[in-house]
Amino acid sequence: MTRRVAIAAGIALACAVSASAASSAAAAGAPAGSSKAAADAKAPAPKAGDMVKVAAGEHVPVYPPSPEEAVIPMKAFELDRLPVTNRDYLAFVTKHPKWRRGRVPGLLADHRYLEHWKGPLEIGAEADPDAPVTRVSWFAAKAYCEAQGKRLPTENEWEYAAAASATSPNGRSDPAFTARLLEWYSKPTPKVFPKVARGEPNYWGLHDMHGLVWEWVLDFGSTMVSSDSREDGDPDKMRFCGASAINAGDKDDYAAFMRYAFRSSLQGPYTVGNLGFRCAR
Amino acid sequence: MKPWILALALLFPAAAFAAEGHPTLPASQVETGGDSLYVLDGKLTDQDGKEVTLEKFRGKPVLISMFYATCPHACPMLVSDIRKIDTRLDPAIREELQVVLVTFDPDRDSPEVLRNLRAAHEVDKDRWTFLRADHGFVRELAAVLGIRYRFTPDGSIGHSSVITLLDRDGAIAARVEGVRQPADDIVRKLNAMKK
Repeated sequence: MTRRVAIAAGIALACAVSASAASSAAAAGAPAGSSKAAADAKAPAPKAGDMVKVAAGEHVPVYPPSPEEAVIPMKAFELDRLPVTNRDYLAFVTKHPKWRRGRVPGLLADHRYLEHWKGPLEIGAEADPDAPVTRVSWFAAKAYCEAQGKRLPTENEWEYAAAASATSPNGRSDPAFTARLLEWYSKPTPKVFPKVARGEPNYWGLHDMHGLVWEWVLDFGSTMVSSDSREDGDPDKMRFCGASAINAGDKDDYAAFMRYAFRSSLQGPYTVGNLGFRCAR
Repeated sequence: MKPWILALALLFPAAAFAAEGHPTLPASQVETGGDSLYVLDGKLTDQDGKEVTLEKFRGKPVLISMFYATCPHACPMLVSDIRKIDTRLDPAIREELQVVLVTFDPDRDSPEVLRNLRAAHEVDKDRWTFLRADHGFVRELAAVLGIRYRFTPDGSIGHSSVITLLDRDGAIAARVEGVRQPADDIVRKLNAMKK
């Protein structure tokens, strides 16, 4: 157990992903065939704000917060095909001055909000306009999605959609798929992120769910709120009002564990250099 | 919580943010005076069905927390904790103090439910306000207060309990996490807010 933690934490220290690895791995690993993703790959290049439908099904969280939630029925929903880019976000702050750098209260975004942009309305050389926007807080991401008539995806929705490989709605049982994720996670963050949609889409037609940036979800970190707080000897005894116990599912999916742990370490105003978002509906 | 999961959870923030130089919220906010919660312009409805914004409380010290009416254990303890703070205050500040409780559960906690709850707790109607808002604003409020919560399949809501003191401008002045925890800091800071 100790060793597992050490392995996971060691990978977590790198805590970032590389799009070049993503695209080359996807190119090497995605078999040609009649999959939905392969069909979508022939479709026109995805545009900002394009959405795909993720079908209803059953989500088996790698980190079920209680035994009753080992399998979660999912309704169909729509998810942005691409992460929100710097260009998209510039259009948003141009239209909504209250979200420009320098105007957002510290309560809603920390002091590093969009700090890699040249100016409040200028992306500059430190960021590619077609790369995912990062250094945005949860409040800002939520406001962006709402301005588009959308919302942030829930953690379950995001994980359900992200479990898809190029050929299957659930690639988690495919060792090559999970190994590739860990490989991405072990690469350092590039100074300037590459453009979105360079690799192949996953089964649903979603690009860059892995391999580029981490993404905000509506209910980040809530999975950790799961202890039966009234159990004797629990250090969280007096902190929580709840009725369930944490039970890890597939302990071998370190990549998913890392995402849950990362999200639970976030606070709403945080801005992080490799954390972006996309919207759902 | 299984020890190895706890260890991972504890290790991760350090790993994720070591290079970022992030402060740990909200303690740092407390030290710097923070920002006003009154920048949040979401609409809420009180126990009498009246629409309000948090701005309404500007100018007075406020204790704010979140709860839900059908909560079996922690929420009644939360109310009792706030009453305990109240009894330890200088009468001059107690007279001014506003207590604001916002439900996680707008679907079930109608104004009537909130009104009955306030009556059941026999609190001072002039100083205690029970509020509901849409799910989106509830999430925002929980995020600024550093409260985590989620709905569970059995209809209960897992949540952390945090009592937050806002100064007269709505900035976070102190907070106490958990129920039945010492609240000396809040009491001291509140008494110091006496005009």
